[in-house]
Amino acid sequence: MTVSRFDRRDHGPRLLTAPFAFFPVALTAVIFLSLLNKAWPLLSLKSLSSLLLSSIWLPSRGHFGLLPFVMGTLWVTITAFLLAVPVSILTSLYISEYAPARLKRIFQPVLDLLAGLPSVIYGMWGVLVLVPVVGKYLAPVFGHQSSGYSILAASMVLALMILPTIISVSVEVLNSVPLALKEAALSLGATRFEVIRYVVMKKSFPGILAACVLGLSRAFGETIAVLMVVGNVPVIPRSLFSPAYPLPALLANNYGEMMSIPGYESALNLAALLLLIIVVGFSIMARWYLVRISRRSG
Amino acid sequence: MNVKSEGQNRATLRKRLRVESAFKSLMAISAFLVLLSLVLILAIILWKSLPALKLSMITRNPGSGYYLGREGGILNAILGSLQVVFGATLLALLIALPAVVFLNSYLRRKSWLAETIRFSLDVLWGIPSIVYGAFGFLVMITFHLRASLLAGLITVAMVELPILSRALDETIKLVPAELSEATYSLGASRWQTATRVVLRQAFPGLVTAVLMAMGRGLGDAAAVLFTAGYTDKITTSLLQPVATLPLAIFFQLNSPFPEVQQRAYASAAILTILVLLISLASRSLSRRLSRHKIR
Repeated sequence: MTVSRFDRRDHGPRLLTAPFAFFPVALTAVIFLSLLNKAWPLLSLKSLSSLLLSSIWLPSRGHFGLLPFVMGTLWVTITAFLLAVPVSILTSLYISEYAPARLKRIFQPVLDLLAGLPSVIYGMWGVLVLVPVVGKYLAPVFGHQSSGYSILAASMVLALMILPTIISVSVEVLNSVPLALKEAALSLGATRFEVIRYVVMKKSFPGILAACVLGLSRAFGETIAVLMVVGNVPVIPRSLFSPAYPLPALLANNYGEMMSIPGYESALNLAALLLLIIVVGFSIMARWYLVRISRRSG
Repeated sequence: MNVKSEGQNRATLRKRLRVESAFKSLMAISAFLVLLSLVLILAIILWKSLPALKLSMITRNPGSGYYLGREGGILNAILGSLQVVFGATLLALLIALPAVVFLNSYLRRKSWLAETIRFSLDVLWGIPSIVYGAFGFLVMITFHLRASLLAGLITVAMVELPILSRALDETIKLVPAELSEATYSLGASRWQTATRVVLRQAFPGLVTAVLMAMGRGLGDAAAVLFTAGYTDKITTSLLQPVATLPLAIFFQLNSPFPEVQQRAYASAAILTILVLLISLASRSLSRRLSRHKIR
């Protein structure tokens, strides 16, 4: 006997709700295509590689080298990532393996709150605290001249912003490690740290990696907080103490008023498209990797 | 077999325990740093905002000369932010709710269509809000709209849509399959099951998801930067520009006048308090509503 998958009463609602479900797919395509469409005039004049590899940004003379912005984005994001990942993994291990129950209960709301704080607040805090710290204390120690508006300040702000995301996802992953596995290792005489190193981390590595990539993709697109502390100078950065000009900041500062100079509009849309492709590329890579991992273990 | 002497065993054990305590303290220190940073962020912002935090900040619009340090408040931005966020969340919910029902009730979990839709939601989730802002601006130009409440609201709704849909999807997945099987066995259609059983069961999760999306929308500056405009008045129509709190903070902070900068700190404190209230409300509501869930 065959059972039809749908009741006759379901035809209406199914047809009615379907367009809404396809909306995200359509929106993704439309965003991508409209940015590509707007970036096309410039792409048809100059090759993508010449735009990406040139470091001369002079819109009024028709030079649209995007290299400083791409490099700025990479510097800021990767530094933030390197700062945030060790701290968040250690913290999430502490929360899931060592912390007393009362402390655990405190951490969840704290993380939620940190994750929920608007980026302007982080940016403001960076201007008030981190920029002076970097400019007055850290830069001289390392023998650099810096106003404080620098890659280091920006990546510290950014690291703070992605910490809660990475920590809360990691804690969830760590909590899902079966207790029996840990008990087995403990009963063999392992210390708690050995249990963490050989059992817990091994079991939860893919999940923690996914958490980190989640944080990374958030860091790539963060705009306002970074813009406020990074200095916004379109040169290729030389050290952590030099200013930079990441792609999101470029968009935020110029996108609204780009109409007068020919090619400028195209260049900015190309910047937006680049940012989109970088972020989406990362999320696709993470997804592909996770699928592979889960297939191998499952 | 390798038999170690008693003394050797003691020595390695001591070493292992030393590694244990070293890493444990490292973990405790980083956890403490995370807690400390939150306390520092909140404390410094509140401390800085105290001199300018007056009642007039939340009861008055910017007066003439406000940006030179004279009288006024940011009522326009507070109301404007709420208008944008409520409108955007409503719009996002109107799309997300049917989409998630379709995804969970009318598609097989592993079908390629469901996978494609979920994947596109993941992609949208990852798109930075500044790109939404840029896209919103392009849409605005195409339809000859000015920067307005409507444009800002639509852009923020695009930012919120993937957050809301993914959260709803997750809560609906958690509803036990036995519940829907029970209603199917009673002859209910999928639509009846979805609307009267599954969504009701997932209601606490829905409320949390909505509040989470609202929190995100409230603080998002990049999406409204080109699309919502700014005004010193209270917005009364969808086609007028609207002021928003994050932008109010941003603009005031860039002012050369210390009085205005102090008001930026006060505005930041107000925004933080709003976000905090939303987060608290979501916690207490989800706890209260979960009492009626079937487990």
